[in-house]
Formats: sequence, structure tokens, C-alpha cells
Amino acid sequence: MFPELEEISYKVRELVLKMTTHAGSGHPGGSLSATDLLVALYFKKMNIPHLSSPERDRFILSKGHACPALYAVLALKEFFPEKELFTLRKLNSRLQGHPELITPGVEAPTGAEGHGLSIGNGIALAGKLDKLNYRVYVLLGDGELDEGQIWEAALTASHYKLDNLVAIVDRNSFQLDGATKDIKYLGDVGEKFKAFGWDVIEIDGHNFEQILDALDEAEEAKEMPTAIIAHTIKGKGVSFMENNDEFHGKVLTEEQLKKALEELEKQRRKIKEAK
Amino acid sequence: MEAATRDAYGEALVEIGEDERIVVLDADLSSSTRTKKFAGKFPERFFNIGISEADMVDIAAGLSLAGKIPFVSSFAVFLVDKGYDQLRNTIARGNMDVKVVVSHAGFSVGEDGASHQTFEDVALMRVLPNFRVIVPADYFEAKAAIKKIAFEKGPFYVRLSRPKTQTVYESEPKFEIGRADVLREGKDVAIFACGLMVGRALRAAEKLEEKGIDAEVVNVPTIKPLDEKTILKSAKKCGKVVTVEEASVIGGLGGAVSEFLSSAYPVPIKRMGINDIFGTSANWKEVLKWAGLGEENIVKIISTFVIS
Ligand SMILES: Cc1ncc(C[n+]2csc(CCOP(=O)(O)OP(=O)(O)O)c2C)c(N)n1
Repeated sequence: MFPELEEISYKVRELVLKMTTHAGSGHPGGSLSATDLLVALYFKKMNIPHLSSPERDRFILSKGHACPALYAVLALKEFFPEKELFTLRKLNSRLQGHPELITPGVEAPTGAEGHGLSIGNGIALAGKLDKLNYRVYVLLGDGELDEGQIWEAALTASHYKLDNLVAIVDRNSFQLDGATKDIKYLGDVGEKFKAFGWDVIEIDGHNFEQILDALDEAEEAKEMPTAIIAHTIKGKGVSFMENNDEFHGKVLTEEQLKKALEELEKQRRKIKEAK
Repeated sequence: MEAATRDAYGEALVEIGEDERIVVLDADLSSSTRTKKFAGKFPERFFNIGISEADMVDIAAGLSLAGKIPFVSSFAVFLVDKGYDQLRNTIARGNMDVKVVVSHAGFSVGEDGASHQTFEDVALMRVLPNFRVIVPADYFEAKAAIKKIAFEKGPFYVRLSRPKTQTVYESEPKFEIGRADVLREGKDVAIFACGLMVGRALRAAEKLEEKGIDAEVVNVPTIKPLDEKTILKSAKKCGKVVTVEEASVIGGLGGAVSEFLSSAYPVPIKRMGINDIFGTSANWKEVLKWAGLGEENIVKIISTFVIS
């Protein structure tokens, strides 16, 4: 059990919903499915002495539309003030609608699906060249796997034996227009990565023990990259958002927000009591 | 001397490659782009990504984010057209230190036909914020340009060619980004040219002189940022302007010069280049002629334009 991490996740979910409703637009559903993965990485796994240290671990949000979750995590890491989250998507904000390098802690500009794994390949190759021990984590959407570039990048990573690279697939089984099985059937994602020469670990992407074990296990892989297929729930944490593709790119109304925050608060209290 | 700009690239890479930050990427065309020369000398810093241009461009971005100075190469048509989203959304948006150097631009691979010939690339790269666009006139200028941009922060697009052509310069000129070079002074018409068309423009000027037309010839290797001062001066002096390039008449050098002069100093302008068509198979010289960029035709078009 990781009550501290769960506590942070609830805080992140709360911030995601508040800031997107405040902004009036954004992508809450895919932000919530990715939240626990981000929290495990930033609050337990990744080593970031400071934002410009060459040996820091890197995280790339390839599914850039989930940036509200990333921004919330970066703010809770105190890379910038929490109140700045409420400038999201507003004129002159450092928090753009999709990730830009101007945000402290953002490692790559993303937003068009399909780019992050290749960028991760480049950073991982540089790590090998410089004999630095940092690790590179790339979060992919499952809908994003429709992009051909992902599979170009998957071949490159195994060809260059990038064992310092980890792709995490946020396997929430939804994309923009609906379920991935209806839009473009993906089949067995893990088997596909295996066929491309990757080590593959399947986990429940909302179970911290499994997430952290998988991230540790990925370090054991030698001369091959690791793909963690994280089975998640789009909209995780709010009953009426879960597995509801309506909230892919639509934010909560004030009324819905109130209800959602109450739900999150209830769950948070439960964790506290258990502690 | 006759030489190809792509050969200058291969040689320049080996020179600047002594700097350990330089890394080179290619997409299975390293023998054609001449990056193979670098690969031979610095194999650990050369990455053949296979026929995956989109992946390659974003990998270069990642390398630059980790402090490297990546050069990424392929044929112009494959790198720009298949890597455009990556050039735009990653490299340009992130204002990254990536040098995009393409070979076989324009009609270079004449016999290969329309699939391999590129005329849209100059326009496409010119509209991307942060990118600077360079089209060297010959082997010597290409060498100087590559060495210069390597250590100049930010993204560059350098357009090189396959054919061996008579050099315009006798040795490496001092290359300055954003600087045009008046190669021949004249007063009747200002010819602005770039790439391999500079040599043709100079020879056209000699023929025009026989016809009593005094042409100024300006080499404009940097399409962006444009050397507005030099262009304005020549346009004012001559009152008539011709642009010549091995690229589309839409959006390239001709487009850039027209956009600038239309507000700064409107003069009649004749844009010579590829007239919004795809190419066809034939050797470089023949296909240039087919497209209206044969040397006699350049002379004919310019003299008609000046007399009219
Ligand atoms: C290249 C590209 N095409 C289309 C879009 C529009 N778009 C934004 S999110 C999305 C669906 C993403 O699905 P997935 O990757 O599974 O993300 P998740 O469901 O986890 O939010 C689409 C199509 C985009 N951002 N980029």
C-alpha cells in the first residue's frame, strides 16, 4: 500500500478537474487515467536532482493532451507555483494547451500524437553516448498507437538496444471518437511490442505496487527497451467520468465539478482513515 | 572546378565532426547524401535510422534536447515531406538546435522522375517559424555554410544538390547567415538567384551583355532571413527584378523577394523556377531545359522582360 502516493493522486485529480473547468477546455478523461502513473514516476521513481542536471531522469508526455495531469504533478513537485495552474490555456501563460518547453519540467513539446517515443529514442541514444545513467520514460496513449511513427520508433529502440528507455502505454481502451476496438482494433498491444523486440510487462495502471514493481523490473532489462502496458480507466476516480468517452475533450460544468470533488474527497478520507 | 554541393557537406561534416557534440543521422541514403563519410570517421556518432524519416527527425530533436548538435539528412523530398510534422511540431516549435541538411533537391535526381524531385521544400521550410533556410550556390559556399551553421544555435534547413557544376567561387567564401552577395554589378535588371541557378544566372548575364543589357547578379543563399538591404539596393538601382531558382515559383526565393519588394519598393518582377508542376524523367540538364530553366531560355525571358 502506498497511502502517500494515493493521497497525491487525489490531489492531482482534484487539480486536473479544477484547472480544466477553470480554463473552460482541455482533456480531463485521459489526464485522470494517467494520473497514478505520473505520480508513481515523479514522487517515487524518477531521480531529478534539478531540472537542468544532465543526469536527471526524463519523462515525455507523448499523449500531450493529458498535460493537465503533468502540470499538476510538476506544480506539486514545486517546479512552479501551484496557483499558476489556474492560468492554464490563458494568454501569456506558461501552461499551454499542449506541452511546450517554456514550462519548467516539460522535457519535450508534444500535442500532435505520435512523436514522443522517437524523441525519447534521441534522448536515450544521447544517454548512451555520454555514458550517463539516466532513464527515459515515455507515456503513450493507446489511441496514439494508431500512428505509424510509434512503430518506426519501436523498431529503432530495439535496434539500438535502448535499455534506458521505457514506454508506458496508458491502455484505457478509449480514444477521441470512441473505444479503441471500434475505431481501430489494436489487438494484443503487449504481443505487438514483443514482436518489435521489446520486453513487455502488463500491469494495473492504478495499482502503485504494480506500477513501481514494473518500473523496477524495467531496470533489469538488458539490451532491450521495456514497454509497460498499464491497464487503466479513462476518467478514473470520478464515477460518472469512468469509461465515458464524453469527457475525453470536454471539461466538467461547475455543477459536475462540485459532485466530482465530493467523490474525490470521500475517497481521500477513506485513505486517511485507513492510515 | 566542377563539384557537387553534397560532396562539400560530406567533407565539412568530417571537419566539424572533431567536436564531440556533432552527431549525424540518415535514413538509409547515407551514400547518396555523403553522410557516410562522417559515419566512416566517427561511427559511434552516426545513426542510420532506416527508412523512417519521421522517427529520424524526432530522434534528432531528442539528441538536441540532451545537448548534442544533430545533423539530419536524406533526400529533400523524403525528409521534408515525410518529416514535416516533426520539423514543425517538434524542431521548429521547440526552436531546437537541429541542422536539417538535404541533398538531391530540385531536379537533382532527374531520371528518377517526379517522386524524387522537390520544388515545394523551400516554401514549406520558409513558413516554419525559427527555421533559417539556406541554398548554397556551389561546392565552396556549401562547405562554408555547413561549417558556419554547425555552431550557430537553432534550427537550419540547408538545401543541397547532386549534380557536379562549375563552381561560382574559387575558394570558400566568408559565409554570413542572411547576407546576399552581389557577384556582378549592372544597372538594367537585378537577377536574384540561389543554388545551382546562380552559375546559370552569371552566364546569362554575359549573354545579355552581348545584347546590350547590363544585368546585376546577386547570389541569395539565405532565403530566410532575407538580406533586405542588398535586395532593396539592387532593385532600386535596376528598377526591374528577376528571380531564378530550382524550386517552385510559389513561396521560394521568388516568393520571398516579391513579398518584400511589394511593400518596400514595388518594381516589375519576373519569377523563374518550376511553374507549379511536377517534374518528369530526364537527366538534370535536359529536365531543367524542359522546365524553362535552360540557359538560352533564361537569356530569352530576361531580355524580353527588360525590353518590354
Ligand atoms: C496527430 C494527431 N491527430 C489527432 C489529434 C487529436 N486527438 C487528440 S487526443 C486524441 C485521441 C487520443 O487517444 P489516446 O492516445 O488513447 O489518449 P487517451 O484516450 O488516453 O486520452 C486525438 C485523436 C492529435 N492530438 N494529434
